[in-house]
Amino acid sequence: MSFYRIIDHTADLGIIVEGQNRRELFKRAALALIDLLTDIRQLSPGYTETVTIKGHDLQDLLINWLREVLYLWNGRNLFATDIHIYEMSGTTLSARIAFTAYNPERHKVKREIKAVTYHQAEVVKTNDQWSARVICDV
Amino acid sequence: MELIKIDSHRWEIPKTGDMNTFGRVYSNERMIHAVKQEEALRQVANVASLPGIVGPSLGMPDIHWGYGFPIGGVAAFDMDSGIISPGGVGYDINCGVRLSAAALALPDIENKLEDLADSLFRNIPCGVGSTGTLKLSSKDQKKVLREGSKWVVAQGFGEDADISHTEDNGCMPNAEPSELSGRALERGKNQLGTLGSGNHFIEVGIVDTIFNQAAADGYGLFEGQITLMIHSGSRGLGHQVCDDFLAIMNRGSKKLGFHLPDRQLACAMIKSEEGERYFNAMACAANYAWANRQLLLHRAREVFYHVFSIGPRDLDMKLVYDVCHNIAKKEEHVVDGKKRLVCVHRKGATRSFPAGHPLVSKDYRSIGQPILIPGDMGTESYVLRGTPKAMEETFGSTCHGAGRVLSRKAAKKSSKGRAIYRELADKGILVRWTGRTTLAEEMPDAYKDISEVVEVVHGAGISEKVAKLKPLVVVKG
Repeated sequence: MSFYRIIDHTADLGIIVEGQNRRELFKRAALALIDLLTDIRQLSPGYTETVTIKGHDLQDLLINWLREVLYLWNGRNLFATDIHIYEMSGTTLSARIAFTAYNPERHKVKREIKAVTYHQAEVVKTNDQWSARVICDV
Repeated sequence: MELIKIDSHRWEIPKTGDMNTFGRVYSNERMIHAVKQEEALRQVANVASLPGIVGPSLGMPDIHWGYGFPIGGVAAFDMDSGIISPGGVGYDINCGVRLSAAALALPDIENKLEDLADSLFRNIPCGVGSTGTLKLSSKDQKKVLREGSKWVVAQGFGEDADISHTEDNGCMPNAEPSELSGRALERGKNQLGTLGSGNHFIEVGIVDTIFNQAAADGYGLFEGQITLMIHSGSRGLGHQVCDDFLAIMNRGSKKLGFHLPDRQLACAMIKSEEGERYFNAMACAANYAWANRQLLLHRAREVFYHVFSIGPRDLDMKLVYDVCHNIAKKEEHVVDGKKRLVCVHRKGATRSFPAGHPLVSKDYRSIGQPILIPGDMGTESYVLRGTPKAMEETFGSTCHGAGRVLSRKAAKKSSKGRAIYRELADKGILVRWTGRTTLAEEMPDAYKDISEVVEVVHGAGISEKVAKLKPLVVVKG
């Protein structure tokens, strides 16, 4: 998928995403994470849930957000599919997420992702463009 | 970064800037060039800047870029002034290896290798999202977390001798299940007895070469013997414990009063509330991993009974040893001539205790602790023994495996057009796997040469070669 790039990393997997604003950035980061797990084009959402995440800065907020998205897969077998971030500040966000429940017949799992790490995590704004980098433990 | 060659196996990073001590990396002339190009040396230096570090920040020859601490890193900290860090242990707490050896040789099994491969693949749950056959009630789960291997054996899934041949007898006694989050407990409920994915595997092998006959005899190994190696860890439960405590310690990092060069080095003072809580939660995950490997061994034994129509006495598959390679331990070491309790972090490193050490299993105390170093998929593995030199130089530690050299993306690119399973089959190695990308990402070229890694630790004297094993069947998730 073209909305994110994979960074070559010896032991783990890194992603870089970009967005016009913070909400788009965070939404894309979450979808990139899901696309690392399974082909997002095969997902069809049903069940909806609202999540609220906090962090002490944007970087921390991003990591906590992605940790939650990953937990919902690893712990509850739910792939976040449609994401609407309806509230966001530098230290908190609230999102309504429609999930696809994992179906082994339909969804091929590409890999295991153990965790989203803090290592080299970055959220920066350059001119009018936001970008983020996250490294995952696979 | 300045790197000074000390001898043919040791390089040092001098203490500069924020470092509290120097760094030492075990390597050789050829591998050190690749190490220099990676971030791993920077990470050894970053670890050296953490408070309370005792002795040098160490890198084993299989060192590679991790997150925060390098993989293949060892660091010990003073109990009063030092820190404990989940990143210094790894997400897969007590990822480790166990080796067992049977009273069988190749002629006994070679006509049924395909059956054995298929049966292991069918009966050992592996791959992403796999669930175990043993569903745990909350009460039983807490027992597993407190007791480790012992609980599994008590259910009839193993032998008492298995326990004494496991590092720490398969149980860290300070485990406290109440320190685990609901999420960690939930993830652990259905995963006991599962292999996992990525570089986890079950491998049937053969003892190819004996380097030290007396030690091999003592470990119960003979040339041509059929072996079984299991590489797995604490599964989702362990990952969640690490994740939870990194977040807790990250939130508390301002209290620490020093700057962390990398957020992934989030840590707490060992004797702080957070530090104690992490250590006790980590112990739960470690016990879960030992229970996991014990159950996997039991299932594998059952597969052998079935495929070869023999009973336990004829198979006689004894556990040689089980080692962890992602752990933090509170151990007594001699530092500047004095005995001292320190907290040793081994992230992608194995304990290497010598003959005579009280923590070495009684059966092996005259030889030294067995060390199990798995090669990557399709290459040889090694059995070594611990040495006094390791106690002097590396807090009783050595390497853990081959270490990656290619990223997963580079490995996949390099493997395009190659049928990795066919290449292995041509070498007489049967492979069974589930993941679409696993085989290419895990191909031999993606890893350092295990023999070279082992030659470094042997040459440096921090562990000694005992035997080499070659693979026959590999099952991966």
